[in-house]
Amino acid sequence: MLWDALSLQLGYNATLVAIGATLLGVSAGVTGTFLFLRKRALVSDAISHATLPGVCLAFMVLVAFGGDGRNLIGLLLGSAISAWVGLLCMNWLTRHTRLAEDAAIGAVLSVFFGFGIVLLTVIQTMGVGRQAGLEGFLLGSTAGMLWADALIIAVGGAATLGLVMIIRRPMMLVAFDPEYAAARGLPVHRIDLAMMGLVMAVTVVGLKIVGLILIVALLIIPPVTARFWTNRSDYVVVLSGLAGGLAGYLGAALSASAPNLPTGPIIVLVSFGFFVLSLLLAPTRGVLAAILRHVRFQRRVHIRQGLLALAQGQKIYEPLTIRLLRRAGVVRADGVATEAGKACAAKALRDEKRWEVVRADQAHEATAALYDGLRDIETVLTRDQIAEIDRRIGGPQGVAT
Amino acid sequence: MSGEEFVPLSLTPLLIGTFAAIACALPGNFLLLRKQALIGDAISHVVLPGIVVAFLLTGAISTWPMMLGAAGAAIVAVVMIEAIRRLGQIEPGAAMGVVFTTMFAAGVLLLEQSDTSAVHLDVEHALYGNLESLIWLDATGWASLLDVQALTGLPPELPRIALTLIGVSLFIWLLWRPLKISTFDEGFARTIGIRTGALGMGLVIMAAIAAVAAFDAVGSIIVIAMFICPPAAARMMTNRLETQIAWSVLFAIVSAVSGYVLAGYGPLWIGGADAVSAAGMIATVSGVILAVAAAFGPCRTRAGTPGPA
Repeated sequence: MLWDALSLQLGYNATLVAIGATLLGVSAGVTGTFLFLRKRALVSDAISHATLPGVCLAFMVLVAFGGDGRNLIGLLLGSAISAWVGLLCMNWLTRHTRLAEDAAIGAVLSVFFGFGIVLLTVIQTMGVGRQAGLEGFLLGSTAGMLWADALIIAVGGAATLGLVMIIRRPMMLVAFDPEYAAARGLPVHRIDLAMMGLVMAVTVVGLKIVGLILIVALLIIPPVTARFWTNRSDYVVVLSGLAGGLAGYLGAALSASAPNLPTGPIIVLVSFGFFVLSLLLAPTRGVLAAILRHVRFQRRVHIRQGLLALAQGQKIYEPLTIRLLRRAGVVRADGVATEAGKACAAKALRDEKRWEVVRADQAHEATAALYDGLRDIETVLTRDQIAEIDRRIGGPQGVAT
Repeated sequence: MSGEEFVPLSLTPLLIGTFAAIACALPGNFLLLRKQALIGDAISHVVLPGIVVAFLLTGAISTWPMMLGAAGAAIVAVVMIEAIRRLGQIEPGAAMGVVFTTMFAAGVLLLEQSDTSAVHLDVEHALYGNLESLIWLDATGWASLLDVQALTGLPPELPRIALTLIGVSLFIWLLWRPLKISTFDEGFARTIGIRTGALGMGLVIMAAIAAVAAFDAVGSIIVIAMFICPPAAARMMTNRLETQIAWSVLFAIVSAVSGYVLAGYGPLWIGGADAVSAAGMIATVSGVILAVAAAFGPCRTRAGTPGPA
């Protein structure tokens, strides 16, 4: 069943939804990256909630003119207009009043959404039939998606993607360093607005599939996921698009494979699954990598301290140190150093002495700053320098056992 | 309108709405100043899975397990946001976005998967609440306020939200000085021995309790609006925290009362037949208040000086 869904053989509607969700995921992931790097991820929350009054007003206008209230283009147009108004309100609040951006986001979000709900109840009491479709915009409703709807989503998603590709460089510049961008003569404020406009476009396109509450997840989670894997911004954009698209595709397929699995939430949960995997497994930034790094560091400290203790003839009590030294073949089971171990220990003690000389010498100040008790001195000084230091220390001394 | 109509039908929803608005606006003042205003938004989203899980575990729509579930979900969310922020070194806004959308999605999924069609538990209800239905049927008029038997028929949301309001007020009153100091200057607060971490956590938990209690009565949309709009509007009116809180309470009351009245009677005045959503209207009114304050408030600009000095 799941395989059928993944290979798009579960009927017309499921295929449409899967394709639409994939395209939406890609464009949301790519667009969201800029938002995330600009540290304004939650702006998308305000934008998406602000679409509701527009949807309702568009429905009322459509009905008033005797049209079909559920015409998707009309509804999306309405939602875009009200989201834009919300965006401008938010920008005005942050630029012209003392409110911080988070407060402006929350204010726009709650007020527009509240007003949307008022309109929703007005529509319910208008007595026009077939208003049920409107509540689908809250959480998305993919059942009964038409070819025309899918086409709108595909065209909208592709257009957004194209626009992002065209203005990606200025957007990236603004995201990383707005002051520098301003100094270069870029219109930072307008680029920001363009970025928000693109986010709004994605939101509007995604209303039908995941609904206005969950579209935020598609804009935020894939970029955060992608950020774990790389430090290069263009790779983040590509990976985020990939993660979003894959989540959209898998989520749509999963939701088609069994009853009672709403598409929007499933896509979000799949996306979150990718996020958790990345959080745990990503190289360098992942939790697992951090734990491994910590363990490796701990071992190096224990071995180093153990060797120094051996060299100075002190007894080692720490069980972890003994275990590590034994595994390295430095000590025997009773804690006595082997021949190889004695050599290692002598080397460690000598290195420590060499470091001492380096740190006492003003001429080696830059090198001394690298001292952390673990670094091999050969990695920071040339052989000649070490020989010079050794001459100052004098010949090797016997190791007490 | 006479007392016979007003007391049973409108008094309790009005009181509940007002109490809920104040209970959210009070901690909202501090959250706003600490730039944590969106905590209310996050909490009101994650309440849904908590309630659904509580329902699945107990199998009944009963209040206490559901409130516990909601509070549990709020705590889980706060912990998860913090964990993701620290483990993944992600900015707080994005971490919050990841957590609350995921938990909300999980809530919707659980709701669809479980057989809740027979009971009154759905996403729309969670969003708009049900302020209009909290009527006091046992009341016959103003005299019922003194009638013990009629008082026992009060909707249980009223004492609960009143208790929450008292709790929130007590929290803020008792911890006024540390709260004020740590809100404005966390470093200084630490040097004079205030445990700012615990205090911040306490404030968030208090906000969560207020959110859950209000959510139970009036739905999440009012919760978000009341956490942010009245304090934000009050911020435009003054530079003093005490005055700001007073203004925010006033704004909360005005929003709740006028929102309820407009929703209930406004459509009738302009010739409509039915009332509109009170929760939505209260949020809308609070937004209008904020807009007016943002346009004309004496301290609306960032420098905060009223007029040219």
